[in-house]
Amino acid sequence: MKITDILIPLIISAVLLTGLIKKVDVWSEFVDGAKGNFKTGIGIIPTLIAIITAVGMFKASGGMDFLTSAVAPITSLFGFPAECAPLAIIKPISGSAALAVLESILRTNGADSFAGRVASVMMGSSETTFYVLAVYFGATKIKNTRHALLCALLGDLTGMIMSAIIVRLLF
Amino acid sequence: MLKWIFSALIILSFIFGIFSGNSKNVSDAVLSESVNAVNLGIYLLGAMCVWGGIMRVAEKSGITDALCRMFSPLAKFLFKGISPKGKAFSAICLNITANLLGLGNAATPFGIEAMKALEKEDNCKDTASGNMIVFAVLNTASITIVPTTVAALRMKNGSENPLEILPAVILTSAATLFVSLSAALILNRIRRKKK
Repeated sequence: MKITDILIPLIISAVLLTGLIKKVDVWSEFVDGAKGNFKTGIGIIPTLIAIITAVGMFKASGGMDFLTSAVAPITSLFGFPAECAPLAIIKPISGSAALAVLESILRTNGADSFAGRVASVMMGSSETTFYVLAVYFGATKIKNTRHALLCALLGDLTGMIMSAIIVRLLF
Repeated sequence: MLKWIFSALIILSFIFGIFSGNSKNVSDAVLSESVNAVNLGIYLLGAMCVWGGIMRVAEKSGITDALCRMFSPLAKFLFKGISPKGKAFSAICLNITANLLGLGNAATPFGIEAMKALEKEDNCKDTASGNMIVFAVLNTASITIVPTTVAALRMKNGSENPLEILPAVILTSAATLFVSLSAALILNRIRRKKK
C-alpha cells in the first residue's frame, strides 16, 4: 500500500468527520458543492469540443507528427519529450484546451509512458498564466503590469524543464 | 489567441491532409473527435463534482479557515508592508488555501478581491505594485495538493497508479514557484531602487 493509495479516501473521510463534529449538514453541503462544479464541468465541454476536434483533425492529417519531429531537436536539448511540446505551448493560454491536449497525449502514448507522465506532471504543476494575469489585473485599474508576465513565464519554462528532469529521476 | 490556434490547427490539417493523402482521416476525425470530447467532459464531471462537494464541506467545517491561519506567516514574508488586519491580507490567505485545495472557482473571487485591496492599500494609479506582481505570479503557479482532474484523465487512459505522479507534481510546482517568486521579489527590489 502506498501513501498515494490512501490519500483521497483519507482526505474525504477526514473532511466528513470534521464536518460531522462541527455539526455541518454534510449531505446538503456536499450536494451543493457538487452542483457548483457540475455547472463548471458542463461549461468547459464546448471548449473541449472545439480544441479536441481541432487537435484530432491535426493529428489525423499527420500535422502533429510533423510538428513533434520539427521541435524534437530543440526539446531534446532539455531532455523534454517532443510529444509534450503542444501541451507546453497551449498550457499558459487555456486550461480546458490544455486538458484536451493532455488527453490526446495520454491516449496516444499511454498514461504511464515517459511522455504521459511528463505531460501529467506539467499539467498538474502549472496554471493558465495568461488567463490568470488577464483576470486578476483586469479586475483592477492597472495598465502597466511591469515584470508580472516575465516572472510568470519564467515559472512556466521552469515547470516544463523540471517536469522532464523530475519524472526521469523519480521513475 | 485561441482563435488563431483553433483556426490554424484546422486549416493546417486540411492542407496537410491533402498533401499526405490523409483527407479521409481528417474528415472522420471531425465527427469522432467531437464525440470523444463530449465523452471526456462527462467523464471528468464525476471527479470534479465529488471534489467540489467534499471541498464545500471542508469550507463549512472551518477547515479552510484553519488552513488560512497557517498561511499567514508565509503571506507576511512574501508581501511587504501589508497590514495583517487588512482586507488584502485575509483575501490573500483565503486565495492560497483555495488554490491548495484545488478550489479554482473559490480561489478566483478571493484573488480578485485581494488584487483590488492591494491596489488600494499600495496606492497604485495605473502601475502594478510589487505586492500585486508577487500575488499574481503566485497564482500563475499551481500549488494544488491533489490534481484530481489529471488523475481522472490518467485513470481513463489505463494508468496503473493515477496518483503516482503526485511527488513529481509537488516537486515541479515547488521549483516553478521558487523561480517565479524569486524573480518577482528580486525584480521588485531592483526596480524600486532605481526610482
